[in-house]
Amino acid sequence: MSEKEHTCGCDNALYQELNAFIASVPRTRDSLIPVLHKAQALFGYLPVDLQEYIAKALDVPASEVYGVVTFYTYFTMQPRGRHTINVCLGTACYVRGAKQVVEAFSELLGIKIGETTPDRRFTLTAQRCFGACGLAPAVMINQDVHGRVNPKKVAELLEQYK
Amino acid sequence: MTVNLTIDNQPVTVPKGTTILNAARSIGIKIPTLCHMEGVVSPGSCRVCLVEVEGARTLLPSCIAQVAEGMIVHVNSKTARTARRTSVELILANHPLDCNNCSRNNNCELQTIASDMGITASRFPRLVQEHPLDLSTSGLTRDMSKCILCRRCVTACQNIQQVGVLAAQKRGFATIIGGGAKANLAETTCVQCGQCAAVCPVGAITEKDAIADVWAALDDPKKHVVVHTAPAIRAALGECFGMPAGSRVTGKMVTALRRLGFDKVFDTNFTADLTIMEEGFELIKRLTDAVRDKKAVALPQFTSCCPGWINFAETFYPKSLPYLSSCKSPMQMESALIKTWYAQKAGIDPKDIVVVSVMPCTAKKHEANRPEMVDSGFKDTDYVLTTRELGKMITAAGIDFVNLSDGRADELAGESTGAADIFANTGGVMEAALRTAYEVITGRELPFPSLHVASIQGLDGIKEASFKLEGCKPEFSFLEGVTVKVLVAHGLGNAHKVCKKLEAGELAEFHFVEIMTCPGGCIGGGGQPRLTDDNVRRARIAAIYSEDESRALRKSHENPEIKQIYAEFLGEPLGHKSHHLLHTTYTPRQ
Amino acid sequence: MNHYRTQILLCAGGACISSGCESVRDALLREIKANGLESEIEVITTGCMGMCEIGPMMVVSPEGIFYQKVKPEDMADVVREHLVKGCVVERLLYKRADNDELVRFLEDIPFFKLQKKIVLRNCGKINPEKIEEYIAVGGYEALGKALTSMTPDQVIEEVLVSGLRGRGGAGFPTGLKWKFTAKESADQKYVLCNADEGDPGAFMDRSQLEGDPHSVIEAMAIAGYAIGASKGYVYVRAEYPLAIQRLSNALDQARAKGLLGEKIFNSNFSFDLQIRMGAGAFVCGEETALMRSIEGYRGEPRPKPPFPAQKGLFEKPTVLNNVETYANIPYIIMHGGAEFAKIGSGKSTGTKVFALAGHVNNSGLVEVPMGITLREIVYDIGGGIRGGKDFKAVQIGGPSGGCIPKEHLDTPVTYETLPALGAIMGSGGLIVMNEDACMVDVARYFMDFIQDESCGKCTPCRIGTKIMLDLLNKITHGTGSEQDLEQLEFLAGQIGKSALCGLGQTAPNPVLSTLRYFRHEYIEHIKDKHCRSKVCRSMMRYTINAAACKGCGLCKKACPADAISGERKAPHSIDADKCIRCGACMEACPFTAIEVK
Ligand SMILES: Cc1cc2nc3c(=O)[nH]c(=O)nc-3n(C[C@H](O)[C@H](O)[C@H](O)COP(=O)(O)O)c2cc1C
Ligand code: SF4
Ligand code: SF4
Ligand code: SF4
Ligand code: SF4
Ligand code: SF4
Ligand code: SF4
Ligand code: FES
Ligand code: FES
Ligand code: FES
Repeated sequence: MSEKEHTCGCDNALYQELNAFIASVPRTRDSLIPVLHKAQALFGYLPVDLQEYIAKALDVPASEVYGVVTFYTYFTMQPRGRHTINVCLGTACYVRGAKQVVEAFSELLGIKIGETTPDRRFTLTAQRCFGACGLAPAVMINQDVHGRVNPKKVAELLEQYK
Repeated sequence: MTVNLTIDNQPVTVPKGTTILNAARSIGIKIPTLCHMEGVVSPGSCRVCLVEVEGARTLLPSCIAQVAEGMIVHVNSKTARTARRTSVELILANHPLDCNNCSRNNNCELQTIASDMGITASRFPRLVQEHPLDLSTSGLTRDMSKCILCRRCVTACQNIQQVGVLAAQKRGFATIIGGGAKANLAETTCVQCGQCAAVCPVGAITEKDAIADVWAALDDPKKHVVVHTAPAIRAALGECFGMPAGSRVTGKMVTALRRLGFDKVFDTNFTADLTIMEEGFELIKRLTDAVRDKKAVALPQFTSCCPGWINFAETFYPKSLPYLSSCKSPMQMESALIKTWYAQKAGIDPKDIVVVSVMPCTAKKHEANRPEMVDSGFKDTDYVLTTRELGKMITAAGIDFVNLSDGRADELAGESTGAADIFANTGGVMEAALRTAYEVITGRELPFPSLHVASIQGLDGIKEASFKLEGCKPEFSFLEGVTVKVLVAHGLGNAHKVCKKLEAGELAEFHFVEIMTCPGGCIGGGGQPRLTDDNVRRARIAAIYSEDESRALRKSHENPEIKQIYAEFLGEPLGHKSHHLLHTTYTPRQ
Repeated sequence: MNHYRTQILLCAGGACISSGCESVRDALLREIKANGLESEIEVITTGCMGMCEIGPMMVVSPEGIFYQKVKPEDMADVVREHLVKGCVVERLLYKRADNDELVRFLEDIPFFKLQKKIVLRNCGKINPEKIEEYIAVGGYEALGKALTSMTPDQVIEEVLVSGLRGRGGAGFPTGLKWKFTAKESADQKYVLCNADEGDPGAFMDRSQLEGDPHSVIEAMAIAGYAIGASKGYVYVRAEYPLAIQRLSNALDQARAKGLLGEKIFNSNFSFDLQIRMGAGAFVCGEETALMRSIEGYRGEPRPKPPFPAQKGLFEKPTVLNNVETYANIPYIIMHGGAEFAKIGSGKSTGTKVFALAGHVNNSGLVEVPMGITLREIVYDIGGGIRGGKDFKAVQIGGPSGGCIPKEHLDTPVTYETLPALGAIMGSGGLIVMNEDACMVDVARYFMDFIQDESCGKCTPCRIGTKIMLDLLNKITHGTGSEQDLEQLEFLAGQIGKSALCGLGQTAPNPVLSTLRYFRHEYIEHIKDKHCRSKVCRSMMRYTINAAACKGCGLCKKACPADAISGERKAPHSIDADKCIRCGACMEACPFTAIEVK
């Protein structure tokens, strides 16, 4: 991160934790993905400055780090909302109407999959199969799985997350 | 061990480990390729080289699949032909098809393959992705909408040069080659070597075109347009006109340049000789300081004639900068002298002079634009053309290059020796320097057959030579018995290794190091005719050495024009005027 | 160790956690304490019991009484009535869908009856977080047996004899893979476990790791011994935090017990494992991509040969197997390959775990002997189609698989029969579809998935699947032509033969199999602009049946597109050009006057 940004105390603490993690793994290419996981867990997302920081620390070209971050969908360069809505688009949920559920969220929140509401309240994402196919269609909000969701239930669900 | 197989019903015997592609080639069957590059492991991604192998579940990429005993291969079956054609058609569906406005028109691997396959209409819906042009650097233009994702540039930049700029980004249909989060090459650590452009099969990465500017200058009656050509051009330009790699075309090149309308045709070789004088004396000075006067000086001295290497050192190894010779590259010396010494002698106002240089190199375009390269009082080099661009201008002018008669470069800054020729290839600058330095120190000729330092010739990545100085002239008696050690590296991957050693203090016993950015040196430059593989490199190097050996004068200090310029203009090597016009400084970047 | 009179197995698998089993456990423990039964009754949280839909669930042993859909407030009854008084709480028992009979024991539920548990032998029976429980049921005996009384060659021989084939999808004989890798000499070899579980409708591997992680660890150590590897990695998708946590806990416990590490069982064999998290890329399930990913690169596959047995992870000889494949190994070592080979049918030995889901009455995780018919799975285990609708197809094998129609329901499930029908065994996704599923849309769904997950390296997959998706989108939007269908078939034929890796090579399968059995649906979409399942929305026509319409105007109010007009008390009508086919009017109409075609 630029000097200005990471002089603030909270970030420094995060960087310290990241540095400690980096110090605990070998300085080899195969440490890159674990370090990115750690960084995303700490910072919530992987902005370019942070990627460049990691690139330097592991001696991997920044373009390669960016190439890895943009290859894997689990890594995000966008800050997340307070709540992440994750709609299952796995096969079982799909054949039981998950598409309509996504559309309902999308319409209600005015954002598309992968986007965050302007008030940073919600981020809408989609994933395939949480292993709750029996409860299809399934939606996960933060860590809570909600089963048998239908478009009509969506507004009510959102109400639970302020 | 050999393997027997049949390809399209013809029996073939090839060594074990041969690819199907090469086995087919050996019996005259040409299989198209796009992502494959000779000498590196193919990614197997383009799928235009697919062949049918009996018993295999899918078609196989012939560029990777190796022969096996008893294998039955069909290159020409309907299945294989259709699959290859489909791959090409799919690529075309995702391609701008803008050949008439494309710098690769008539010299494009995709176009050639499509035309060889007889593709005349596109079967699939068009799916072109628009990407903004990257015009941010002086040397290169990137048009990613034309990229076919063969990844050859990535191999060049990451694996061979190890600069680490270009990499695949995003995934699936959105995959794009780029320099990371930075949209523009200028914001990356790109050193402008152009090795990416040299391997790109299509018009996605090319040199930034200066042709229009040069035509405009030639068409302007008020301008006195002077051209000079780098040592490596003469061994490669012929390839633009279908001549085999390694054709020596020095004389034809001069004639062609005159026909294009250049007012003076000089030769960068002249300043290559001058570089040897300046750089050689700089080395002798550093040695004197170190050995005789026991001063702390930066040794080994590194060559500085390659602008890609300068960019690389400034970016990645700022600590190496004091070790670099302060000499400008021959191109910048030549241009500066044209706008000063030549202008003065010819009585032309330097502001009316346009200096065009023809270089094997895209980094030279960047070098010419460096803000400090204005020592004549003007921009020293106005335009840099690559070998390929010069080839295009000659073609555009309707000149039948192959049948031209030989011309001779103009006097004053056009005479050169064999030592200048060999600047074109790896090991050459070093050999040229040793030819002069040895003689200056001992008064005798370099004691090797045909003046060649055999151990630093050839395509090995890092090469060394050493020999003992004996019978030194009295003024160099302090060097008596010293074993001179030199190191030569080419390709930036090897430069990394050398620089890491320098930083670790492991080069202490060396005196002089030559680094060239491009594999093989400038004969393999980023602006040379495509495609340059090791066979082409060897052929061009052989041409350069035979050019050298054909000369009456083969040592820089014997060049009469060099003697003349010191006598009437520069004074002495490393003198005041030299310092101003021929030397420069470096700045760490990033 | 304390001896309890009663043990309560409470499912704490992923689905049951989301159904609230943790608060059930808390309530249960509270009630037990309140009744002073802590020393008599032990509560064991287990991995998935298989029938997640009726979770949270518990089994009270030794009687084996099975309670389903339990809530925290039920716990008082369970403790007071059952544990104290010994009376079964009937309202929590499972009721059969077909005859409303109450079922007391887990084994008596038809869903479980036909199953044969080898892989899932401990899932739902032991606490996955306690290595002692695994050891108590015979865990790590197989490793001990291999290390102390078998040579590596004998281990491989046993696996060869078992006929075990890879459960990750391709069905390659596991013993052969081990043999090839054992043969290579190298200073380092690796054992990898593929827990990337990418099939978008499947969760077998996740349940295995959550429910019985030691079975995989033990098997990997055996594989390491067999091939001469001292290091291994488990590649788990990042989306499985619970599996990662339980696995990592299990690794720590195994190390602490000396079952991983130096000189295991006092032999000369040393072995240890690391977990690597995936990061959201289906293609990383492909073996070479998985290895690239562990090495820290983009998960792009590379051409084979060289095969991983020669050049795998970090260019070293490597064995990669699927979670379920490994879970079979301890059984094979303990009971012998020949015993294992008796289960199943022909060259498909053993069992297979499926994630049965979709429009069936009972969905969940099932383990069945190979050779069982699809009909048995769908009707006997799955309890038939939900809501009395008609069966249309089963999708088996996920994005690489295919759809099998009614007429082939009696096909036995084996590695040979399924490909003959245009599907594959796959990793275990088994989705049942009724008449409400549009087969063109199902093909489009999988192509969309593939397109999203293509790594983008090779031309046929990167560009070809994009064109296929565009064509399918056209067809499902009602703008497709017969020429589009031709092109779709042409590309499907080409990509399978020319793509670089398995993802692209199998990408056309869902299209090919739906074309094979449901071509008429494609034709209807193209020629009649009609989707019989009413899934493809742009083809739907909403109209108002004037005879039924009472002119209440509720539809008009509900319509977001202002497409409905009409005077009060007079029949309304829909402007088809304005209608966005949202269906709101249909829901709003109290007289079912709105029809859709
Ligand atoms: C695109 C693609 C995705 C795959 N995904 C998985 C997966 O999620 N899990 C798995 O075990 N195997 C997967 N495989 C198969 C593996 O490449 C490999 O064959 C398997 O893990 C080998 O183990 P096995 O022999 O035990 O099945 C996938 C293959 C392909 C081509
Ligand atoms: S890159 Fe080749 S095919 Fe593409 S527009 Fe240029 S000349 Fe034509
Ligand atoms: S010019 Fe050289 S450094 Fe720059 S992108 Fe191309 S290969 Fe890389
Ligand atoms: S820019 Fe050229 S060399 Fe690089 S991937 Fe694209 S087409 Fe290939
Ligand atoms: S080696 Fe020659 S062509 Fe290559 S960058 Fe250096 S000067 Fe240019
Ligand atoms: S088939 Fe698809 S996933 Fe596989 S290498 Fe090609 S582009 Fe990548
Ligand atoms: S389907 Fe929706 S848009 Fe169409 S008429 Fe009914 S309410 Fe209006
Ligand atoms: S498909 Fe949605 S949870 Fe499995
Ligand atoms: S040339 Fe063989 S796959 Fe590209
Ligand atoms: S998670 Fe409880 S039964 Fe599957």
